[in-house]
Amino acid sequence: MRKKDFDVIIVGAGPAGLAAGYVLAKAKVNVAIIERGTFPGSKNVMGGIFYRKALDDLIPEFYKEAPLERHIIEQKMWFLSEDSVFSTGIKSYKFNKEPYNCFSVFRAKFDKWFAQKVQEAGALIINETVVKDPIIENGKVVGIRTDRPDGDLYCDCVIAADGVNSFLAKTLGLREKITPNKVAVAVKEIIGLPESVINDRFGVSSDSEGVTIEITGPYFEGMESMGFIYTNKNSVSIGIGTIIEDLIEHKVNPNDLLEKFKTHPAIAPLIANGETKEYLAHMIPEGGYYAVPKLFSDGFMVVGDAAMLVNSVHREGSNLAIESGKLAAKTYLEAKEKNDFSAKSLSAYQVKMENSFVLKDLKMYRNLPHLLEEKRYLLTKYPQLIIDSMYSIYNVDGVSKPDKIKNIKEKVKKEFGYWNLAKDMFTLWRKLG
Amino acid sequence: MRIEDKLYLVGYNVDEEGSHLGVSDTEACKKCNGRPCTYVCPASVYSYDEEEQKLSINYDACVECGTCRIACDYITWRYPRGGFGVAYKFG
Repeated sequence: MRKKDFDVIIVGAGPAGLAAGYVLAKAKVNVAIIERGTFPGSKNVMGGIFYRKALDDLIPEFYKEAPLERHIIEQKMWFLSEDSVFSTGIKSYKFNKEPYNCFSVFRAKFDKWFAQKVQEAGALIINETVVKDPIIENGKVVGIRTDRPDGDLYCDCVIAADGVNSFLAKTLGLREKITPNKVAVAVKEIIGLPESVINDRFGVSSDSEGVTIEITGPYFEGMESMGFIYTNKNSVSIGIGTIIEDLIEHKVNPNDLLEKFKTHPAIAPLIANGETKEYLAHMIPEGGYYAVPKLFSDGFMVVGDAAMLVNSVHREGSNLAIESGKLAAKTYLEAKEKNDFSAKSLSAYQVKMENSFVLKDLKMYRNLPHLLEEKRYLLTKYPQLIIDSMYSIYNVDGVSKPDKIKNIKEKVKKEFGYWNLAKDMFTLWRKLG
Repeated sequence: MRIEDKLYLVGYNVDEEGSHLGVSDTEACKKCNGRPCTYVCPASVYSYDEEEQKLSINYDACVECGTCRIACDYITWRYPRGGFGVAYKFG
């Protein structure tokens, strides 16, 4: 019989891989997690807002000990133009009570902490090791080849948690080549500011209360871009994610875009006199439901960003990653009972995912990526119309309100046409629900 | 803030043994329309020398996002060896 080094090998120590590792280690499974960075988290980037629920089910009240920045009590959405902002959002003091909804986090710190918990549960974490290829025998994944000398490792099942660039899922033919219209690149800066300054600028009363702002609109000149500003304890994270195809077509460098963004009159005062601490970049899978590959094959499951599990409408990703890691681990435990790690046996993971919020949420928005690709103007022309109309109505200039409303109506008729407006609204309503 | 100054804030463990980035067909660069790699990369790793007609790849500035390999099929991209490359403090 072939040697077996571990029951399960997980590739990648991000939220998905660590969640899978935690469940397996708790069930006394012999599990190894292979990480290419010097420590778990050292290569990991997100905006980063972390939702509590998925991890709280695994490690109850983790937020009392994990390295978190602020719990979020206000989430804002800005529609930005060159000289105006139309702002919406929700601030609720219901979000100011334990167990909290979500937190700003730094992944290099958070993932390191999570990995420590997984190690304490009994998993082995092997750092500074790159997985080059799956080892396949008779069509089944039976292990992985690493860049270490004599680095072949064998197991019953490989869980690929190797992130958005997942070469494992690609090598195994589960994932198609990612095209530039299905993925965004986000750049981010962490800008240091005193806690009290952040509290004042963002209107919160203590260093544990936080605010998020997501920013879209005509400012981005028709590119599918999403800006963000998140409060940390004594820094602010500011960044922009843009569909790569749009950067190519508009011939824009993502850092130049961020530099210009930082000078916008509505944004500059929020970060004034701050000191940049770190600059980061990461890709975000934006293809939605239709981009999610088949999640299993013989001896193999794929989780997290490697499976393109990102809900870009709600900028949720790490919670989807954790849920997928948990469900893959549970599937393994059931398969172990039968000692059957075939594709048929592991297909239970796909069913679990379809029945979980992960694929249900992505399915609900399944048509949105294509709609936004087809109709970029939804992100520019309508927000511009709202900004112009609000400006007109709030600006007292001697023109009567009935005349202002008449002018707005005429503008809508001329620029969109009532029929097109009705059609777009109907399409949006259908595709969002 | 210049990109050079930003990258100075990023922690790297540079693999002196060689680049993890390359181009499979250097002739393709000469004919390439617009050369997206020279502007889509968040770390400005790629630049084109018009005189020498050659793409220059400053691999030690790479933050390993993968944008270049999505933008261009000729770019050969792999992870740096285990333990090498970018190492974020915050993330």
